[in-house]
Amino acid sequence: MSSTLSTTGITWFFACKTTDVPANGGVCIKYKEEQIALFYFTRSDAWYATQNLCPHRKQMALSRGMTGSHQGEPKVACPFHKKTFSLADGRCLTDEHECSLTTYPVRTEDDRVYIGISENEEAY
Amino acid sequence: MKIVVIGNGMVGYKFCEKIVEKTGDTGIELVVFGEEPRPAYDRVHLSEFFAGRSADDLTMAPLDWYTSHNITLHLGDPIKEIDTLHKIVHSHQGISESYDFLIMATGSSAFVPSIQGVDKKGVFIYRTIEDLELMLDFAPKARKGTVIGGGLLGLEAAKALLDLGVAETHIIEFAPRLMPRQIDDKGSFILQSKLQKLGLQIHTNKNTREILGADTITGLQFTDDTILDTDMLVISAGIKPRDELAKAAGLTTGPRGGIVVNEQLQTSDPSIYAIGECALYNGMIYGLVAPGYEMAETAASHILGQHKSFTGFDMSTKLKLIGVDVASFGNPFITPEEGNSIVLEDSMKGVYQRINISTCGQYLLGGILIGDADAYNMLLQTSKNKVILPPNPIDILLGARNGTASTGINLPDDAIICSCESISKLAIAQAVEGGYETLDAVKKCTKAGTCCGGCVPMVKDIITATMKAQGKYIRNVVCEHFAYSRQELLDLVKVKALKSFDEVLDHYGHGEGCETCKPVVSSILASLWNEMILDKGNDTAQDSNDRYLANIQKGGTYSVVPRIPGGEITPEKLIVIGQIAHKYHLYTKITGGQRIDMFGAHLSDLPAIWEELIIAGFESGHAYGKALRTVKSCVGSTWCRFGLHDSVSFAIRIEERYRGLRAPHKIKSAVSGCIRECAEAQSKDFGIIATERGWNLYVCGNGGSKPQHALLLGTDLDDETCIRYIDRFLMFYIKTADPLTRTATWLNKLEGGIDYLRNVVLHDSLGIAESLEAEMQLLVDSYKCEWKEVVDNPQLRKRFNHFVNAPEEKDPTVKFETMRSQKKAAEWK
Repeated sequence: MSSTLSTTGITWFFACKTTDVPANGGVCIKYKEEQIALFYFTRSDAWYATQNLCPHRKQMALSRGMTGSHQGEPKVACPFHKKTFSLADGRCLTDEHECSLTTYPVRTEDDRVYIGISENEEAY
Repeated sequence: MKIVVIGNGMVGYKFCEKIVEKTGDTGIELVVFGEEPRPAYDRVHLSEFFAGRSADDLTMAPLDWYTSHNITLHLGDPIKEIDTLHKIVHSHQGISESYDFLIMATGSSAFVPSIQGVDKKGVFIYRTIEDLELMLDFAPKARKGTVIGGGLLGLEAAKALLDLGVAETHIIEFAPRLMPRQIDDKGSFILQSKLQKLGLQIHTNKNTREILGADTITGLQFTDDTILDTDMLVISAGIKPRDELAKAAGLTTGPRGGIVVNEQLQTSDPSIYAIGECALYNGMIYGLVAPGYEMAETAASHILGQHKSFTGFDMSTKLKLIGVDVASFGNPFITPEEGNSIVLEDSMKGVYQRINISTCGQYLLGGILIGDADAYNMLLQTSKNKVILPPNPIDILLGARNGTASTGINLPDDAIICSCESISKLAIAQAVEGGYETLDAVKKCTKAGTCCGGCVPMVKDIITATMKAQGKYIRNVVCEHFAYSRQELLDLVKVKALKSFDEVLDHYGHGEGCETCKPVVSSILASLWNEMILDKGNDTAQDSNDRYLANIQKGGTYSVVPRIPGGEITPEKLIVIGQIAHKYHLYTKITGGQRIDMFGAHLSDLPAIWEELIIAGFESGHAYGKALRTVKSCVGSTWCRFGLHDSVSFAIRIEERYRGLRAPHKIKSAVSGCIRECAEAQSKDFGIIATERGWNLYVCGNGGSKPQHALLLGTDLDDETCIRYIDRFLMFYIKTADPLTRTATWLNKLEGGIDYLRNVVLHDSLGIAESLEAEMQLLVDSYKCEWKEVVDNPQLRKRFNHFVNAPEEKDPTVKFETMRSQKKAAEWK
């Protein structure tokens, strides 16, 4: 399988092997000049991807944050000031005035993890 | 107006406080003469002097309180004469002061029965700090100690002998039972058997005829011709009002002592008042502090033209005598004509409770509680406020024992909760509504609970109930994922021997966990098992700094802090740190904890940096963890001309013992080699200061945003004892503190405070000292340097790459600026 593939409007790129990502934690993926945080939740076997930059103090740190849930909604806490963001839609859960995170779709094939970039995001 | 106060005891001080409170600092000139060399102190808690509280701790108000309120205070200068005609007093040192009003707060002295030989060496009375200091000097020579007097004061004195370490302590009581004025025969019997279990030997029905010995006491001879050998005797057989000055001035006194006063506390000379234990009202001397305060309030009000009278006082009292609860309230002894009694007696547990009910069955008249007096406040208020009893009055005792009875919440608003300071339930509730939501805040705002402390549990209940009524009360659970407190969770994890966050979540939680509960559980696991924190899938349950074993700094780089035990480092190691910092372009700074911090390390460089540090003999400093940080030291006796002991060696030993110890919050320590305290040990979670005879151990201090001095836990300890106490202290803290609670805050919230902690740590009152020590030893024995484990493990090393799909690349967004020829992190954007 090639390292990128396309479905309608979305480019899926190969991020890493499933075993590269720690259980219930995150890693940082380099995609071109972007940094993407990739998270794996073992209990629900769910994958999430967001921008790695925390919008609060513009720090490249979300992949190092602690994952968790807030009333069932998956979230990550930034290691700097513990702002938490929903991994479902990227909104900030601790501060309604904070910018939301860009989120990316994730899919796996066997032991390979792919992150989807839509074409308009590609320009961003 | 000018008021002169004779006597600077608790009641004399309270009078000044009341005047200041009522007038602001204007218009009244206050002059106080005290006989003792120190300002008024808390005589009620005198026995705590031996338990480590200093004279300063017992002080009611420091000297500058008097100056700041323009009160002239003459200490160590008793009045020798009152000239009532010219309204002038003359002091022993020759000071003369005129007065408009004179307050006699001369208190009482110890009543010494006329026994032959009371002037022998080794015979003491128990009244002032000076008396205590004399006892303190003598006690090390005494193996057997005896107290004459089995009343309240006598039992306090017996506790003092126990605290002084006198091996064998006897109590002699003339009456057939202990505390004859407060409790009945059966209660007395239960109390006696409890005290005997604690090692006190009690002799009732004994009348002392003579104190034996040539120059120094050797024993007592009783009227029944028996003899008791003793090396030390404390006479505490009652009090005698100090009325000699009043008598000489021609004021009316009672036939058995005491200055006669009316309802306004005026003596036979209307410009002279008598308050406290020297005053005789209606044929009675009130030997407790609460009525004394009430008298101070009444006299102050009357002088200022306000209406208030003193018409007797409830002598209800609750005490902890040598660890045994004893309480007596209302009318403890009723006759069959007055009503009926309900008695609960449990000789197995040593509990005796008696309540007296009116003939009609509706009102509580009084009672006695021995061994378990938790219900005291509730019963006292029920009796005082004439609350109608339940149809089956025994329920009020049984309910209280099951913890279901009302504890103050059902009382009327005007019920007096703090009888020492006359604070009503409404006043406390209003303070809480006004934002004073902690016990300390309420104490400060209302003064409730600041004197005898008996009402504190009730005050707490009222605070909780008031907050609940406002919808503010929150149960102290960890977070939405765990419906347990940290302490509960720790016990559960221990019992089930759970080793990973996932297991704990499976057993006791739900959801995915979060940034609150994950570090709590990780800390519990580390405190219990001390396993490598990045194993067993626990890496992602660590707080971010623990996960990368370094402190994240502005810009996303990390700082590196190797352990430098006690702050001692060789030149060779200093050079290594310099070389490594140079090689990896790190900013270096000396920390407050006597070590060196290297900033600006890329995440992916951390394993390589640590590999070099470990080769040079360094290990992790745990600066990233809620764990033991540093043990600072001064240079101590090896170099310092003042040093008493080798504080550096002891600090290194302590730091190496507790290195890596994880706790609810970070722990800092220090060791000072002498009282100059250059290591600032009293601002640490635990601090050690050398004394002539060993080490003094202080605990629960804090620097930071809310500085707090550490409190003395133990004195003159040898190395091993000191370490044993630290083991127990730290483990007890680890097991009971809430998450992210430093030792200072933990102690502030701990019911019973430092006295309780001292009992647990020094006297093993919970019977857990041995297991605490064993648990600590397990942690000490299983210590490993976390960084060494990472450096040696390729799988763990991989976790430190910034990009999982480009391991060789560093984070390109990291930016530095230059300052004073080093680098610094770029500013926040």
